[in-house]
Amino acid sequence: MSVEQRTDPGLYDYWPYENRPKITWPNGAKVAFWVAPNIEFYELQPPHLAARPAWPRPEPDVLAYSLRDYGNRAGHWRMMDVMDKYGVRGSVSLNVAVCEHHPEIIEACADRNWEFFSHGIYNTRYCYGMSEDDERRIIADAFETVERFTGQKISGWLAPALTHTHSTMDLLAEAGIRYTCDLFCDDQPQPVNVRNGRLISVPYSLEMNDIIVYNVSNQSPRRYAEMLKANFDQLYAEGAESGTVMCIPTHPFAVGRPQRIEAFEEALEYITGHDDVWVTTGREIAEYYYEHHYDTAAASIAAANGG
Amino acid sequence: MAFPESYFEYPHRGYGMDQDWYEWSILPRRPKVAWPNDARVAVWVTVALEFFPLNQGTVPFRAPGGMVTHYPDLRHYTLRDYGNRVGVFRVFKLLDQLGITPSVSFNSKVAERYPSLLANVADRGWEIIANGVDMGQLHHSGLSRDDESALVAESFGVLREMSGQPVTGWWSPARSASMNTLDLVAEHGGRYVCDWFNDDMPYPMNTGSGALHSMPLNYELDDQTVQFHYKQTENEFAEQVEDAMKVLHAESADQGGRVLSVVIHPWMSGQPHRIKALGRALASVMSYDHVWSASGIDILDAFQGQVS
Repeated sequence: MSVEQRTDPGLYDYWPYENRPKITWPNGAKVAFWVAPNIEFYELQPPHLAARPAWPRPEPDVLAYSLRDYGNRAGHWRMMDVMDKYGVRGSVSLNVAVCEHHPEIIEACADRNWEFFSHGIYNTRYCYGMSEDDERRIIADAFETVERFTGQKISGWLAPALTHTHSTMDLLAEAGIRYTCDLFCDDQPQPVNVRNGRLISVPYSLEMNDIIVYNVSNQSPRRYAEMLKANFDQLYAEGAESGTVMCIPTHPFAVGRPQRIEAFEEALEYITGHDDVWVTTGREIAEYYYEHHYDTAAASIAAANGG
Repeated sequence: MAFPESYFEYPHRGYGMDQDWYEWSILPRRPKVAWPNDARVAVWVTVALEFFPLNQGTVPFRAPGGMVTHYPDLRHYTLRDYGNRVGVFRVFKLLDQLGITPSVSFNSKVAERYPSLLANVADRGWEIIANGVDMGQLHHSGLSRDDESALVAESFGVLREMSGQPVTGWWSPARSASMNTLDLVAEHGGRYVCDWFNDDMPYPMNTGSGALHSMPLNYELDDQTVQFHYKQTENEFAEQVEDAMKVLHAESADQGGRVLSVVIHPWMSGQPHRIKALGRALASVMSYDHVWSASGIDILDAFQGQVS
């Protein structure tokens, strides 16, 4: 388990936000906007890993377990209705075991042409200290499971419970993953340094993540709506100069509660009510970026770092 | 159980402080300070540029804002790095628009890792404050005097060499300290420290190594404290900045010049949803009459010019 710890993950180079090459989005959009629902399954009694207990209380932690299970039983359906209303397709950050546990959810998302990307097998299976071969098994499982249930080949990754190893990004690129959601250092996509091949980061905000807002920052639903709109306003204004990305990462068990759903709806109504917004998915942002901006960005980063 | 007799001995029980670092002094009874051009309030904005290593040191405590989860905590590493990469440029743009001249504090590792950022600040002629080496290397009494001296020397040395500035302001990372910190800062050419949160004005400190002042770098008009630790909103932070200005400006009518210190962490206030509220607060502050936007060293120079 012991691993030599690094000062810097070495995943990307310094690239100041000012004076970058201009990012353009389809139809002159200023902001690429996507919503990433985390559709998750937390095991009641997962294998224990010393690095991180799965539950705050001794098992069975009925409160924490059921609070999350609410998302699949109730919250998801309410959230999906709101997204339908505003024409927002989800990019699903999927614990792929949900395919087996709750195929109805997968089917409903697939029917709507939502994207599926992987958030590991279960949110209670962590990658801390995993060998490369073991981590490859997780990635291969995700590809295989999602394809079997949906016919989609996953192209995105958000590490399960945000747990990583030094090799995670290398292994993702090696397996054919096109973009990661694991880096929170930018409002635009950026190339990720990997051993072989190419990988990019697509901004997936923690600051706008419902769980962070509600359960870490302890804010109210009305406040969440205000934050989402303010976040959008700034990125929309800056997007006139060079395109930006805004993501709302959700958890149906959080955003889909009756007392909170209107805050989410208010934000979607506000954002999709603007003309120059590209309402899209993670995969579409990534592919557009590879096609139009990757090479320019890589050259700009090399130049900024004396290369 | 009886307490030992020593528990009832009070060796420092007497007038003034229980240490020799500074004198007891009552803010509203001091001689009035006059700022240049009849300014009433010196507005001292400090932008904090920090590096939180992925393998952040935790001795003698983990600097607040640092890593949280098991290693490797990419989540908090990249959230903090956001400030140096994206947020700082939003903050600088705002300061430019408002004509504010800030001080900019650097962990020296930020300058070494991102030399273009250091050059950006140096080219603007903004004062650079030494904020230690990084957010994993704190000052504490478990360090030998030599080891702590090396930290102070490294921070001052890197920043002086890279910026060409004298760099005489010192802010310990996370306001950490040993019993030797003040002496060492003075010994290495520091003129002021920012770690003490006990006054609204500069005041002289006593060290064995030279003249040193405390500058009132605010801890509670600091975006990290208010929004991260106290979990208040950017709008509530903005209101508090505006309210503090109102009080200080009013006091200055009969108590002489005052200092309003506001501390900005680009990883916090530089986030898209927070920048506007910061702009509103600073615009309000700058709209007062007789306001002087000044760096720490400019304020100290003006202060020392009239108060011995």
